[in-house]
Amino acid sequence: MAYTEQELEKELQNKEYEYGFYTEMEADTFPPGLNEDVVIGISKKKGEPDWMTQWRLDAYRHWLTMEEPNWANIGYEKPNYQAISYYSAPSKKPKYDSLDEVDPEMLETFKKLGISIDEQKKLAGVAMDVVMDSVSVTTTFKKTLAEKGIIFCSISEAIKEHPELVKKYIGSIVPSTDNYFAALNSAVFSDGSFCYIPKGVRCPMELSTYFRINQAGTGQFERTLVVAEDSSYVSYLEGCTAPMRDENQLHAAVVELVALDNAEIKYSTVQNWYPGNKEGKGGVYNFVTKRGLCEKKAKISWTQVETGSAVTWKYPSCILKGDYSTGEFYSIAVTNNFQQADTGTKMIHLGKNTKSTIISKGISAGKSQNSYRGLVQINKRAENARNFSQCDSLLMGNKCGAHTFPYIEAKNKTAKVEHEATTSKIGEDQIFYCNQRGIDTEKAIALIVNGFSKEVLNKLPMEFAVEAQKLLEISLEGSVG
Amino acid sequence: MLKIQNLHASVEGEEILKGINLEINPGEVHAIMGPNGSGKSTLASVIAGNEDFEVTQGDIIFEKANISELSPEERAHRGIFLSFQYPVEIPGVSVTNFIKTSINQVRKARGEKDMPANEMLKKIREKSALLDMDRKFLSRSLNEGFSGGEKKRNEIFQMAMLEPKLAILDETDSGLDIDALRIVSDGVNRLKTKDNATLVITHYQRLLDYVVPDVVHVLLDGKIVKSGDKELAKELEERGYDWLKAEQVNA
Ligand SMILES: Nc1ncnc2c1ncn2[C@@H]1O[C@H](COP(=O)(O)OP(=O)(O)OP(=O)(O)O)[C@@H](O)[C@H]1O
Ligand SMILES: [Mg+2]
Repeated sequence: MAYTEQELEKELQNKEYEYGFYTEMEADTFPPGLNEDVVIGISKKKGEPDWMTQWRLDAYRHWLTMEEPNWANIGYEKPNYQAISYYSAPSKKPKYDSLDEVDPEMLETFKKLGISIDEQKKLAGVAMDVVMDSVSVTTTFKKTLAEKGIIFCSISEAIKEHPELVKKYIGSIVPSTDNYFAALNSAVFSDGSFCYIPKGVRCPMELSTYFRINQAGTGQFERTLVVAEDSSYVSYLEGCTAPMRDENQLHAAVVELVALDNAEIKYSTVQNWYPGNKEGKGGVYNFVTKRGLCEKKAKISWTQVETGSAVTWKYPSCILKGDYSTGEFYSIAVTNNFQQADTGTKMIHLGKNTKSTIISKGISAGKSQNSYRGLVQINKRAENARNFSQCDSLLMGNKCGAHTFPYIEAKNKTAKVEHEATTSKIGEDQIFYCNQRGIDTEKAIALIVNGFSKEVLNKLPMEFAVEAQKLLEISLEGSVG
Repeated sequence: MLKIQNLHASVEGEEILKGINLEINPGEVHAIMGPNGSGKSTLASVIAGNEDFEVTQGDIIFEKANISELSPEERAHRGIFLSFQYPVEIPGVSVTNFIKTSINQVRKARGEKDMPANEMLKKIREKSALLDMDRKFLSRSLNEGFSGGEKKRNEIFQMAMLEPKLAILDETDSGLDIDALRIVSDGVNRLKTKDNATLVITHYQRLLDYVVPDVVHVLLDGKIVKSGDKELAKELEERGYDWLKAEQVNA
């Protein structure tokens, strides 16, 4: 019998979430609902100073005046914000000095995820700040970092220990009024990471954080702030995976990057939230606001591999404010079954001689919809701004969709903007060719998809690239064969 | 080694192969010639297990086992190799990565461990030298932007790496320049042993001056209508196929 695309498609649909499990832990969880008391309560729980409580309240009050956006290419049932619990913390012990003290169940969870901390610790140059259900559990390599004056801690800790830095930069890139989800996040953010690299310091290791949603019905609202002082460098890795869920989970993070003169920030993400089952039930809603600001000659690179979530809405952006600054966006977005992704980037060229590069690879299977939406905006003052965009789509089967929406606004005549787009399909002839060489269909698809994604995979730090390749295979192959 | 009995195959309800009988022994070289559209590539695909074609009758016996029901990769694992008439492109996958994956998948299927990296490297060097290939080539995306001749040479490189028991070369000579034809033919000859067999599909007698066949078959409209020694190829080169077609009609 001929192996048709339809069959391939069917097999892909049977792919279930590999990391579907749930860890039972005693939790200190707020009852569902959102009001000013809850906002104040979160702030109190975290022992925050008054200015922070006030900042949250302002955000909350603004949020109340806003309308949830409607997007052209995404359809989903809007979350009931009163049915979500806004605070949850592992209650046994908030902090540990060594792994021995960590809840064994939690360690078990990490093992299932394949992120054994033991191993991760040994992995050369990786420091970790593990965020599990809103409170950071363990931080490693802190000492080495401290010697260089680098601060890498949870945002809650930073609010207490480094209030001057947080006060100066939080909301400076993504104001709490920026959009519906950013406002919500500002009001109720649970935790997240803070990273500060002093002037002239090159961070000697990849900074890595694993995020995870773990309590039923707990929306997670992380807040990440990375500040790179003049001529400093940091590479930051963010990876996530979530357990199987029946009801939809809301995830609305905010990430702010500040790259001061000559600084460079590499921000890499591997995202694997639960995408929902093959009927499209469950799954995480991922509405993220990620934005970076580049001062003079600074550079920000966003690299992302998105395989999860039921609905993804995400546009990591760069504001190229300083002259000669550079923004880069490298993305792989995989959608399968009923997943919907609307991702892309915004490159805002304000300074002279600013440069941006966009490489987007979309892979769609099942009945999924995968949209790239990119804005390249060249402002009046941005003499000699350059942009190169390339958007490639790979389709599997006939029921999925790939869409590309490149928006270009050039207000300066010297601007050079190039856009290229391609759409291709995995051909049966390619599969047969691989089969003939002894490579089974599952492996063949992995090979073809990896080849398609190579330009972006190459941008990831080594250990992350391996993990990302695995995720690509997991999200597309499953039960083939 | 290979025994094909009364093989019928069709695509989209149309019969392409109409009762093929063919037997190839270890150490032999067989050639198949025949006009365009007569079913040569179809036969090659069906032996390799391409599921686009439906086998309606007959059996394919390879090394005493009936492989008619096996998947293409299982046939490859048993040592069947097809050099494609039109090799496909796989963007972003280097020749090296592809052949490494291929070799290790075959080994895995045979219950062996991955080939150690140094051994792989040594083999790649040896085989690319055998085919006089520029090694820069090996880091390029598989067949993407390769010239027609480069694609064919790359097929034979893969064959050299995989060391199959039965190699089917579907018009490997078309697209090769005169020097390349000699190099590739030399390569094929050097890979020949008394235990493996080669089936070459070609339109040109010239290739057969280098890779000398033990038997030449003529495929006409899905049937082998004549078999002979290498002289038959010369006769075809001179006379074309019309006389055979006429014989068919008269028969
Ligand atoms: N997938 C397919 N769908 C429909 N028809 C096909 C398909 N594959 C082959 N055919 C038909 O089968 C016949 C035999 O094709 P085949 O490729 O085997 O010929 P060939 O002898 O290799 O010819 P050539 O010398 O041109 O390579 C042709 O008429 C071809 O159009
Ligand atoms: Mg042919």
